[in-house]
Amino acid sequence: MNTPMSLRKFAGIALVAAALLALPFVMALAGTAWVRITNLAILYIFLSLGLNIVVGYAGLLDLGYIAFYGVGAYVYALLASPFFGLHLPFWVILPIGATLAALFGVLLGTPTLKLRGDYLAIVTMGFGEIVRIFLNNLSRPINITNGPQGIDRIDPVSVAGISFGHDSTFLGLDFSGPVKYYYLLLLLLLGVIMVNLRLQDSRIGRAWQAIREDETAARAVGIDTTRVKLLAFAMGACFGGIAGGMFSAIQAFISPESFVLTESVMVLSMVVLGGMGNVWGVIAGAVMLSYVPELLRYTVGPIQTAVFGRTLIAPEVIRMLLFGLALVLTMRFRPAGLWPMGARKREFAMTKLDAE
Amino acid sequence: MLEVLNLEVHYGGIAAVKGVSFNVRQGETVALIGANGAGKTSTLKAVARQLPARGSIRLSGEEINALPPHRLIRKGMALVPEGRGVFARLTVAENLAMGAYSRKDAGIHDDLAKIYALLPRLKERHKQVAGTLSGGEQQMLALGRALMGKPRLLLLDEPSMGLAPLMVQKVFETIRAVAAEGMTILLVEQNAKLALETASRGYVMESGSITLADTSANLLADPRVRQAYLGE
Repeated sequence: MNTPMSLRKFAGIALVAAALLALPFVMALAGTAWVRITNLAILYIFLSLGLNIVVGYAGLLDLGYIAFYGVGAYVYALLASPFFGLHLPFWVILPIGATLAALFGVLLGTPTLKLRGDYLAIVTMGFGEIVRIFLNNLSRPINITNGPQGIDRIDPVSVAGISFGHDSTFLGLDFSGPVKYYYLLLLLLLGVIMVNLRLQDSRIGRAWQAIREDETAARAVGIDTTRVKLLAFAMGACFGGIAGGMFSAIQAFISPESFVLTESVMVLSMVVLGGMGNVWGVIAGAVMLSYVPELLRYTVGPIQTAVFGRTLIAPEVIRMLLFGLALVLTMRFRPAGLWPMGARKREFAMTKLDAE
Repeated sequence: MLEVLNLEVHYGGIAAVKGVSFNVRQGETVALIGANGAGKTSTLKAVARQLPARGSIRLSGEEINALPPHRLIRKGMALVPEGRGVFARLTVAENLAMGAYSRKDAGIHDDLAKIYALLPRLKERHKQVAGTLSGGEQQMLALGRALMGKPRLLLLDEPSMGLAPLMVQKVFETIRAVAAEGMTILLVEQNAKLALETASRGYVMESGSITLADTSANLLADPRVRQAYLGE
């Protein structure tokens, strides 16, 4: 009984792996832009999984999460660009960025330990803005961030002498920069998913669940709520920092504009829409919300021209309109998210019972 | 087992508990009774270190009034919080497992079997989500969860609160059964009659101070208690 099941599972995994490996080449047929979009989608998955630790597992509403992305991105930019003349390799910078982001997580977590719900949301939102405004203004008196002009000419990732900045040929196949980044991100993603799955079922994961449900009771069963909450902030921030570093390397240019409040909201939407607390749901949410706006960008204009003969509404406007509609519909028909975790499903089942 | 000396709790400038002293000896059940707002729950919360307080709290001779609350279960003191505080979205079994969070010994499985034997209702519903249990069942679950931490001293905060009379009887039967197995219990309860019938001794609190301390039998016979708390 067991063998055919595990064989099927193995075949399934092999199929998914093959699809993921072939994906950038298929995408490249439609244009390198799609590979870039895919890379950004993977970064959003990192961010969503990181935020999911804070919001989904520990139940702490964080609206300033993008600040950690910014911290990671700026760490990379400052340590690998002509700005300071530093050119450290990415495997040195990523851990530094992740650690610094985690420290910022603790910095945000410590004063907000006693806050919950709306109050926590407001303070974290403020924190996100503070970080962004600092990035925007730290060009004087000493120029650290180059202010609103941002930092450019950031080094691409380079492994064993192969730069990810330009094309290279391997085994007769042409690997463009984005395609190489795709494989690197895929590898990182595998690690991030593993860590998240392990966290979900770990002792610390159970402690997060407990504080999400009832803090007093959590303390009474012996959970050090202070430490466990700070750990949630730090771990969540850490993933944000890694994503930020990769973002810097891929874009080669960053400015404070990339780390605005709407980005925090976007990541939170991915977590909520996908299914808070469930790794696969969160991934689904991130993938969907990354692609849908892009798909609309490329289809709304041509469809209008085909149907009405001209563009009635600017694609940019209708794109956000349809995007909003998609969000509303999802929340209407799947309130716990596309793919919720068991406990969330139960919660919504409970509210239904109460309503009856 | 538990010795409390000159305990004071303040909420801002208001003193809720004004220097109370009491003790609970090994193996006995002690009730802390009094009217609403007398400071009973504040006293218990202070003992459980959920509220900052001045004074001395000694557990088996060790001063615990500087320990963070999550350390207490390892010291042998378990709290069943007011309003039960079950983990609503987790199942009964998951709630009980959470009770053993601080333990690493091999006896957890046996203790779970013991708790299911004591509270068969929980066994029947072990896969059910705690939030869908009735109030009485949730109280039982909170009690079971506290017992999973293998405490020597159990602190019960208003176990009868918000329960139907029949359920209150059942909950107290269970508390007596736990006491009969040798558990030391400090019980805070508004239902004075029920509390004194369960406990061997009692303290009466009034506006932040202990005004009477005696055996349960004497307190039940005391005209002041009868008039003020037993509705006569």
